[in-house]
Amino acid sequence: MVPLSTFLDLTFTGLVIGAIYSLFALGYTLVYGVLRLINFAHSEVFMWGSFGAVWAMTFLGSRQGMAWPAAVGLLLVALVVAMAVSGGVALVVERIAYRRLREKKAPPLVALISAIGASFMLSELMGLRDRIAGWVGLDGVLAPYVRQARENTAFVNPLPNVTVLSAGGFEVRSNQLIVLVGAIVMMIALDQFVSRSRLGRGVRAVSQDPEAAALMGVNQQRVVQLTFLIGGLMAGAAAVLYLIHIPVTRYNVGFILGIKAFTAAVLGGIGNIRGALVGGLVLGLVENYATLFGLASSWKDVVSFLLLVVVLLFRPTGILGESLGKARA
Amino acid sequence: MSTDTVTAKAPARPSFADRWTALPRPVQILIWCAIAVFFFVLPLLNLPILSTPDAEFGAVLATVANYALVALGLNIVLGYAGLLDLGYVGFYAIGAYTVGVFGSLHGQVNWFVLIVMAVTISTASGLLLGAPTLRVRGDYLAIVTLGFGEIIRLTALNSEWLNQARGITGIPRPPSTELFGLPSLVWDGATAKVDLGEGARSVFLKFGLIDAVPYYWLSLIVIVIVIFADKLLQASRVGRAWEATREDEEAAELNGVPTFRFKLLAFAMGAFVGGLSGALYASRIGAINPDSFMIQLSMMFLAAVVIGGQGNRWGAIAGGVVVAYLPERFREFADFRIVVFGLLLLLLANFRPQGLLPPRRARRAQRADDATTRLEGTEEGARA
Repeated sequence: MVPLSTFLDLTFTGLVIGAIYSLFALGYTLVYGVLRLINFAHSEVFMWGSFGAVWAMTFLGSRQGMAWPAAVGLLLVALVVAMAVSGGVALVVERIAYRRLREKKAPPLVALISAIGASFMLSELMGLRDRIAGWVGLDGVLAPYVRQARENTAFVNPLPNVTVLSAGGFEVRSNQLIVLVGAIVMMIALDQFVSRSRLGRGVRAVSQDPEAAALMGVNQQRVVQLTFLIGGLMAGAAAVLYLIHIPVTRYNVGFILGIKAFTAAVLGGIGNIRGALVGGLVLGLVENYATLFGLASSWKDVVSFLLLVVVLLFRPTGILGESLGKARA
Repeated sequence: MSTDTVTAKAPARPSFADRWTALPRPVQILIWCAIAVFFFVLPLLNLPILSTPDAEFGAVLATVANYALVALGLNIVLGYAGLLDLGYVGFYAIGAYTVGVFGSLHGQVNWFVLIVMAVTISTASGLLLGAPTLRVRGDYLAIVTLGFGEIIRLTALNSEWLNQARGITGIPRPPSTELFGLPSLVWDGATAKVDLGEGARSVFLKFGLIDAVPYYWLSLIVIVIVIFADKLLQASRVGRAWEATREDEEAAELNGVPTFRFKLLAFAMGAFVGGLSGALYASRIGAINPDSFMIQLSMMFLAAVVIGGQGNRWGAIAGGVVVAYLPERFREFADFRIVVFGLLLLLLANFRPQGLLPPRRARRAQRADDATTRLEGTEEGARA
């Protein structure tokens, strides 16, 4: 029998990491809902966002344990930068990997290949940034941003990490709380945006019936760009929260996380925004509870993939079912 | 001065495929034999432009042959049956690990028995994976197989019985016999000299550490066998059932093709070839660890098939050669090869989605589609 504090601890950590998965999964879910395609390059969108945050912190000279107001300000700046970088990269991905193929009505497999190509390129360009800076002769100036391009890059989190709540061995630290609350707030805001705003209505319309939406005067191209952009912004936010949780990033950080976020999206029901939230949290919890059954934590990933396979077998449309267009209930 | 009217269309230039089929059968066979012989003696020729300056040419060729074999296997799954398998590396890993576990780590089985075990186990795992998952739709299948590939790798990484991250060393090599040395050519500018020196010899069928050429020959023989099997399969009822399933599953099912069984068969065949190539890889390298089987390798395999042209066995082989050979040939750009590779995938998908060598059927289908579009004018067809 495990002590209650351990169980609570696992639950809370599971929710925290699950919330990050959920935010990250939104990009997959939105793009799939509108285009019926798996955006394989979304993991690189996340990775670039994480570097955006790290660079912003380096540029602003962040130190550990600054005073609250300054630290929060810095973090907000990093958040904005990460979201901007991710959103930009997502738009670039849409432009180079998807647009032409969509106009030609290419088969989905070709789009997947093209996204895989974009993903390889984006990830390797980041991993070679020191060499590229060397070419243009800026490696001296940019040293703090580009050195050791293939190693882990540390994220200096300026927030003091205080204990918010402690009960019999179970602790909640402020960083974890910020991640959880931040992710949930973002998700709710996005859900409201899609279900209430005019632009969101366009997104729902296109995902339900592209032709009818086009006939009603919805600009499909704009809607597609918007979904990529929103997915990117959310991935940027997820990247900052991830860095608060685990303060390192590297050029291939997106890969395994991306597969997991996609798993979360499928679990909840791909194309369904609330499904992404549910799927992410479920995935985070299941991963963490696996240690209760005597599995070493290194088996985590195996557990999450097995969960994915099992869910797809018994409920191929995920927990909440596929629905972006019908996201009313 | 031709008597053609202006309106009559000039007959289209006969395509390469048409001219090829017009040749008499004996000539075709002769040409095939010539091509096969050329590939067999290729590592001994040391051709000036082809040879890799920064890497052992024999080893490069062995890698290339390995990729070509994998691409052939994946082409059955992806090109013929149209099943998107992103976790193909899983079968490759199963083949390699079977040889490692029973040949070195937990046993000393005879090499030929090992190969049989490897293909049996990987085919069985293909059936096991396929039976439940082949009921799900295309993209979901892609993700399930991706997950499967990762599960295999992570299992190897985490289980004590498979030696975790340490991997397996001392994997047995194929049984050798040293019959005779083969001379190789040395090029001085454009003149060739036959080198009979001891150092420049590949001993016939000595599977050693130094010389990778015999492994290349072994892979070539396997490739030739697989090509024959592949030809027979594709031309049979099974191949047509696959094609029907790929083009329109509902229609095939309604016309009495048991699609599920044929999809499963394609999956098992693919797993068979994947396991075989993995086993050959392990016995050539002699040491494997979980890092040899990253998902990125799956993407490379997938890219090989897609670059070459899915559904065309020569395309798949060509794609495998491109993906494996180019990075080795241009080692000086080695760091940037993945970037270039990604760019290549992007460009191909955007500008030549059917691959370098599209299968004949795809060209036919393309023409039929064009004709339909012309007939229907601008009217959009109903979306499936």
